Amino acid sequence: MDPKTYKFDTLSLHAGYMPSKNAGSRQVPIYQTTSYMFDDVDHAAALFNLERGGHIYSRISNPTVQVLEERVAALEGGTAALATASGMSAIFLTIMTLCNAGDHVVVSSQLYGGTVNLFRLTLPKFGINATFVKPRDTEGFKKAIQKNTKCIYGELVGNPGNELMNLPEISNIAHEAGIPVVIDSTYQTPYLFKPLENGADFVVHSLTKWMAGHGSSMAGILVEGGKFDFLKTDKFPTMTDPYEGYHGLSFAEEFGPVAFTMKARAEGMRDMGPCLSPQNAWNVLQGIETLSVRMEKHCSNALKMVEYLSSHESVAWVSHASLKDNPDYELAKKLLPKGTGSMIAFGIKGGKEAGAAFIDNVKLASHLANVGDTRTLVIHPASATHSQMDEATLKLANMSHDMIRLSVGIEDIEDIINDFEDGFRAAKKPRLVANK
Amino acid sequence: MKFKVNNKEVFASTGGRPFDKKKPLIIFIHGSGLSHITWVLQTRYFAFHGYSVLAIDLPAHGYSEGPALESIEEQGKWISDVMDSLEMKEASLVGHSQGCLVVLECASQFPEKIKSIGLMGGAGAIPMNPELLDLAEKGDPKAVLLMMDWAHGPAGHFGGHPVPGLHHMNLGGSIVINGSVKNALGVDFRACDNYKNGFEAAKKIQCPAINILGDRDKMCPINEGKKLAENIENSEVEIIENCGHMILLEEAGQSLEILKKFIRKNHPA
Repeated sequence: MDPKTYKFDTLSLHAGYMPSKNAGSRQVPIYQTTSYMFDDVDHAAALFNLERGGHIYSRISNPTVQVLEERVAALEGGTAALATASGMSAIFLTIMTLCNAGDHVVVSSQLYGGTVNLFRLTLPKFGINATFVKPRDTEGFKKAIQKNTKCIYGELVGNPGNELMNLPEISNIAHEAGIPVVIDSTYQTPYLFKPLENGADFVVHSLTKWMAGHGSSMAGILVEGGKFDFLKTDKFPTMTDPYEGYHGLSFAEEFGPVAFTMKARAEGMRDMGPCLSPQNAWNVLQGIETLSVRMEKHCSNALKMVEYLSSHESVAWVSHASLKDNPDYELAKKLLPKGTGSMIAFGIKGGKEAGAAFIDNVKLASHLANVGDTRTLVIHPASATHSQMDEATLKLANMSHDMIRLSVGIEDIEDIINDFEDGFRAAKKPRLVANK
Repeated sequence: MKFKVNNKEVFASTGGRPFDKKKPLIIFIHGSGLSHITWVLQTRYFAFHGYSVLAIDLPAHGYSEGPALESIEEQGKWISDVMDSLEMKEASLVGHSQGCLVVLECASQFPEKIKSIGLMGGAGAIPMNPELLDLAEKGDPKAVLLMMDWAHGPAGHFGGHPVPGLHHMNLGGSIVINGSVKNALGVDFRACDNYKNGFEAAKKIQCPAINILGDRDKMCPINEGKKLAENIENSEVEIIENCGHMILLEEAGQSLEILKKFIRKNHPA
């Protein structure tokens, strides 16, 4: 006897939406509205006081966005989700909901450059400080926890160096210390990896990337796992103590496994307002419908590119956890059995100059600051996405100046390889190219 | 809030307002393996509209101390003990699923204390599927998946939670998993399976009753709910369409509207 609940591919297409409640519309309608009619004064008061569910104003929630939220919650195995205008706003909202001024977070040193700057430069302005730890240094995470630490934050596979965190072990460390783990799972999507099943308590995504796939729309999301019990510790008074903003409501007491999402929406979306537009939510939903088939092709193309790059005379090194000599190979086999993702970092012989020539001479691969598009993308992180990091931070992130970050698309693999051959040919003659 | 009943610590949500002995009391009783969280879309309304509310965690559930009570009869008596410990002479009771059996027992054992009863997804008997019962008693999390599958109607399986962003089945499942599958859900299922006194208890009930039923309920099918209603002298039935067993969440708004009218009429604030 097994439950007949819907499985991943079916949920990708259907979760969060019932046509029968939407005039029979097979496609999710775009509710392009700012606000929603109240039945009467009593109904309005009840909505504002969280006495009943429903929509008030699209900064707080919107029916189209709600479909996206429930769909991603279903795919991640979360109790609740909250969509935001971008992945960065999802991270900011998460940290601002967990922390107060004077708090501290332990953060993996290998993160998207914008996230590094958020923790290194912006959050300290709000009195929230971070200690960075190399992703493979599991014991280092333990040592970095202080009395005022409120979470461990990281990307399972770090951007851009592709080094893995041992999430199950790091989660045990966090839970022993009475703090949750937040994982940015943008690189994996729930197709490849479910952080909540591997110890994480909260997941954030930039939905702009693989989840949407089309590279047309900015979006982010926060997903709650429902297992972290804020009432079992006195570390989170903002979650447990009466909150003046809602007549003395204790979010943890009233909402239990969805308390964090309720607080993030009721306080964070109300006061900071990083809401997702219904049009962008709809665009992302179109992408999620084909998530499985796209991810399979991304991963199979990535494996072929790893093989090609590893044996190429112009390539100094390749970082991808599918390689047997990669330090993360065994951990990746355990955590990522469906594939290690389509992000590859490699070093080009000839250093920064050769890297620039390579990027300027590929034609099919797009040179831009995004990842997870269906199209193949390349960038030189040290001069672009991570250029605002100082030398010490670059070193901590294990980033070198010869590094090229490759997001493998779903084009025909022969076409990607032919394009790269043109890039490598040009990279051998960087001066000639520069004078062209 | 936390308080003592029979020398054991008990937790109950008061709906976001301080407990006030001067106001009429409504006690909400959750279903098998669940907790006070399931009632959040009913309790806050009543707490802010003139009532004192206790969404109680039965022993060994939520934040209440164990062990779990092994029979519905004991659980019905325990609700009366809760009232005594808080020096409350009367209350209305609202139950869901197993909570309905507890309400029947309490209201039949202590008719002088109960002003009105609301039964959501109730039946006079709730015999358990033997395989599901066995899984729960062994503490197998598969029992929770099966329970969530059968307990939810279309909204639970597809989506459309009344509170934006919440996921029906994952939320329900996490409430049970965060407790104890073996020592809460397993004990509850056995208590339901053993309980044979539902219809006799129903016949003794003197206060007004409302039966709120979901027409897609697989756990307590609608005909069983109607049969129970026929055995309660002063009883109404309200049927919610396209709704499964988790009426209090799947159709939180409709069920609240029905309860509001019923309780205001029979136990005014």
